[in-house]
Amino acid sequence: MTSPSPNHLKYTASHEWANEESADIVTIGITEHAQSLLGDVVFVELPEVGKNVAAGEGVAVIESVKAAADVYAPVSGEVVEVNDALTSTPELVNSSPYENGWLCKLKMENKEELDKLMLAEAYDAGL
Amino acid sequence: MPFIPHTKSETEEMLAAIGVSDINQLFDEIPDNLRINDLPGIPETLSELDVTRLMKSRAAQDEAGLCFIGAGAYEHHIPSAIFDLISRGEYLTAYTPYQAEASQGTLQLIYEYQTMMAQLTGMDVSNASLYDGASALAEAIFMAIRLNKKSTSKRILLPANVHPHYRETVKSLVEPQDILLTDIPFDPATGRIQIEALQALEGQDISALVISQPNFFGVLEDVDALVSWAKARDILVIAVVNPTSLALLKPPGEWGETGVDIVCGEGQPLGVPLASGGPYFGFLACKQAHVRQMPGRIVGRTTDVDGKPGFTLTLQAREQHIRRSKATSNICTNQGLLVTAATIYMSLLGAEGIRRVAASSHEHTVTLRNLLTAIDGVDLAFSQPIFHECVLRLNQPVKEVLEKLAEQGIQGGLDLSPYYPELGQALLVCATETKTKEDLEAYSKAMQAIFK
Amino acid sequence: MLIFEHSTPDRRAFAQAPQHSADTSDIPDNLLRKVPPMLPEVSELQVVRHYTRLSRKNFSIDTHFYPLGSCTMKYNPRAHRLAWLPGFADRHPLALPRFSQGIMSCLFELQEYLSKITGMAAVSLSPMAGAQGEFAGVAAIRAYHASRGDTERTEFLVPDAAHGTNPASAAMCGYTVKEIPTNAEGDVDIEALKAVIGPKTAGIMLTNPSTLGVFERRIKEIAQLIHGVGGLLYYDGANLNAIVGKTRPGDMGFDVIHMNLHKTFSTPHGGGGPGAGPIAVSERLKPFLPVPLVIKKGEAYEWLLSKDASQSIGRLSAFMGNAGVLLRAYIYIRLLGREGLIRVAEYATLNANYLMKALEKSGFKPAFPARRATHEFILSFQSTAKELGITAMDFAKRMLDEGIHAPTVYFPLLVPECMLIEPTETESKEQMDIFVQVMQRILEEAKQSPEKLHEAPVTLPVRRLDDVKAVKQLDVVYNDSL
Repeated sequence: MTSPSPNHLKYTASHEWANEESADIVTIGITEHAQSLLGDVVFVELPEVGKNVAAGEGVAVIESVKAAADVYAPVSGEVVEVNDALTSTPELVNSSPYENGWLCKLKMENKEELDKLMLAEAYDAGL
Repeated sequence: MPFIPHTKSETEEMLAAIGVSDINQLFDEIPDNLRINDLPGIPETLSELDVTRLMKSRAAQDEAGLCFIGAGAYEHHIPSAIFDLISRGEYLTAYTPYQAEASQGTLQLIYEYQTMMAQLTGMDVSNASLYDGASALAEAIFMAIRLNKKSTSKRILLPANVHPHYRETVKSLVEPQDILLTDIPFDPATGRIQIEALQALEGQDISALVISQPNFFGVLEDVDALVSWAKARDILVIAVVNPTSLALLKPPGEWGETGVDIVCGEGQPLGVPLASGGPYFGFLACKQAHVRQMPGRIVGRTTDVDGKPGFTLTLQAREQHIRRSKATSNICTNQGLLVTAATIYMSLLGAEGIRRVAASSHEHTVTLRNLLTAIDGVDLAFSQPIFHECVLRLNQPVKEVLEKLAEQGIQGGLDLSPYYPELGQALLVCATETKTKEDLEAYSKAMQAIFK
Repeated sequence: MLIFEHSTPDRRAFAQAPQHSADTSDIPDNLLRKVPPMLPEVSELQVVRHYTRLSRKNFSIDTHFYPLGSCTMKYNPRAHRLAWLPGFADRHPLALPRFSQGIMSCLFELQEYLSKITGMAAVSLSPMAGAQGEFAGVAAIRAYHASRGDTERTEFLVPDAAHGTNPASAAMCGYTVKEIPTNAEGDVDIEALKAVIGPKTAGIMLTNPSTLGVFERRIKEIAQLIHGVGGLLYYDGANLNAIVGKTRPGDMGFDVIHMNLHKTFSTPHGGGGPGAGPIAVSERLKPFLPVPLVIKKGEAYEWLLSKDASQSIGRLSAFMGNAGVLLRAYIYIRLLGREGLIRVAEYATLNANYLMKALEKSGFKPAFPARRATHEFILSFQSTAKELGITAMDFAKRMLDEGIHAPTVYFPLLVPECMLIEPTETESKEQMDIFVQVMQRILEEAKQSPEKLHEAPVTLPVRRLDDVKAVKQLDVVYNDSL
């Protein structure tokens, strides 16, 4: 792969990232590698705010022309905010997967889940 | 060998190139204990001449007289141009337009079809068609359940005056997914949905209400009131409609203050022969906001690399070949050839032509109704206005009356007693634009003779 | 140009609608339409010319070689027109039995033929397409388990190579889908299968020959394993044409099978439908068959409906499925007869194996070179993609320029950069040889001037279309006239 993944994020083997925003809020998205595999993203199905998800459960669906990928919640928690910009500009997932292309924010139930996720180095090594 | 071009020497040459001596060797990966080499019980080959003779003799057995049966399949004039055009090999022997560049004919035609159906139903978008009207209603129900996020009940109100075969089909198709179907009775005087029965459900969690316009009895529902009632309660509305009627009657997109959410129905009246019930096609149209939950193929207009307009299958990520077990439906095709017929039909007839077909069918049925109810022993079952079918109540067993009419070369309608025993001896009749004044009189005379 | 763009106000094909405008005054005003729908206003000639011209933008079996894997695009004998004889075309689906004996005799015999061909106990003709047949078959299995009070079975097994419809159909029946991996030789991974089967297993859906173009050799063993845990076996008959008269799903141990009449029995595909997907079942699933069925009492044929079949999974269509397609399949079987049907599998397999060998010699890479091809086979373009930057799709698009409909690309998903080729038995040896020459020519071009492949097609009405734009700027109805 090209450049290494950002160091401040945590990763899953299924190519999601999680960022600890504050004590109990994490932002989640998909990695550069995942977006390049999908190709041009044309639609993002976001969860409803208030929905509770368990770690490993589907929280969003990202569609390209020829594929649809489930995004799994890296940690358990309640959806507190979604990235509404993706409704009109889903291509942000391609152009800015770690910044403007974030998917949603979760209020974490158990911080230990976050600690168990991979660091950038381990994630990149697995690609 | 019928339809196989290989000569003996070519076959030998090909076997040699593969490196086998006998054609049966090509099946050597099939375990010996599973091998057969014959098909006992299948008749010997026939020439086309012999098959023609056979099929003519079979078809001749089914030639019946004047048809006054409707009940979801309607005899209309089919322009000759339709048969000629859909017999073209380019339509008849093509497959689903996967290779868009080599399928622009079919793709553009479907885009035109989608536009026409959206216009006819008064909705924003249409898919490329489903199997038939009954299965389209089942798909509309699945769609409504996915769409209605405010409801968790998976409960659908399915009135008893929706086509009984549609209700049966829906039951078979939706039951495995734990969807609840609640019957809504009809008013015995009017044949319409009983408003009181709806009101009794006040406050309950309901996903969608199905409204058939006209309903199975041919009676017109007070659609505005029904839609307003449902929408005020966050209940989605699915309309089941006859496409011919839509050039004359208010389209579902305009019912109530908001219009309905999903429209479906049987496309057969638009240029498809009766043909024992199929192949027909089901249509499905909806509001723009619901398009991603639509099942089936959808064609979109786009541009090619040179900026030239062209057509392609779109929104495919909803479908089974990508989503697999999470797809909106397991359907992979539409009813392409029937949609071709319907698109040509709608082009030839236009809005005014279809309106005239609808109006003429209405007038003929009203005329027939008046002729028949003038006979002692024949009464009208329901009081409300109709589209092009009506229910008559007889003082003799319908089954026997139909057999007597058949003797006179008349298919007098459908006996409703197996479906609605509560209606007594009830007969559903239909007279489309194909019937002449003489035909209607012939029916009336035959009926008079029976009821003398 | 769209048909709407030919439109002129007040023009019509006057011969096609009633001359006078009938009386509708008894319909209340609030139920009437106020603004007419915007349908085309064109003459009959304009319609005929427009749709004739459109038709010429299609590839079809009648105009082009169409080796679309898994779709069986073989010649559709024109005798199918007999299904439009007036007695058949004008018959109302609810006509009295006295006006129905002709078609019912054909359908009854078709039920018999299909059960003999598949080695199953009974047939229902009503499913309207393969996918609906799949639903019907899985629903019958579900009903069977339920009838025995066996309600703990929640999982259906599907190989990862399966058609997307298989998992979608199992899900429609309320099952959780478990995917089973395939081994390197293209067979189901038996060890992986053993690891997932158990008391939750309701059944398995298999295609044999599989979508990989090879015969599942250990099918008997699979059947024993599944039956051993109380599950049933579903046969996806998409590839039945490869084995007609050579082996029967009933003998392999399957409990239910659907057939695609538009494939094996050559009814016209119609640009993506109509098809028909009858199902055949083993003795134990007989009570659950969808209605209507045709039965014979003495010399007369009768319909068997829900009221006579209490355990049936019910009705799947408003009437009798795609009756016209059923008639066409009946006509096809009568034309070919016993011997002709056996030759279908033989010559479809001969053509596929001949073509696979010839392409292999020309430098192409079969996905399973050690296996016998069935009626179709897979080429992998993984090395061309890596070495020349030419994908299977590039190859496919260039074939369109050469006047050949592209084979199926990117299915099955299991084989990267794949092309699934099904020549069918009705194509000649010359056509196979021409295909090989075309493939060689394109391969040469891929090396010498790869841009020609990237730019292809260049000879068709449009070049490659912008699929991303098609989704993002969704335009599915024409609005300019509104």
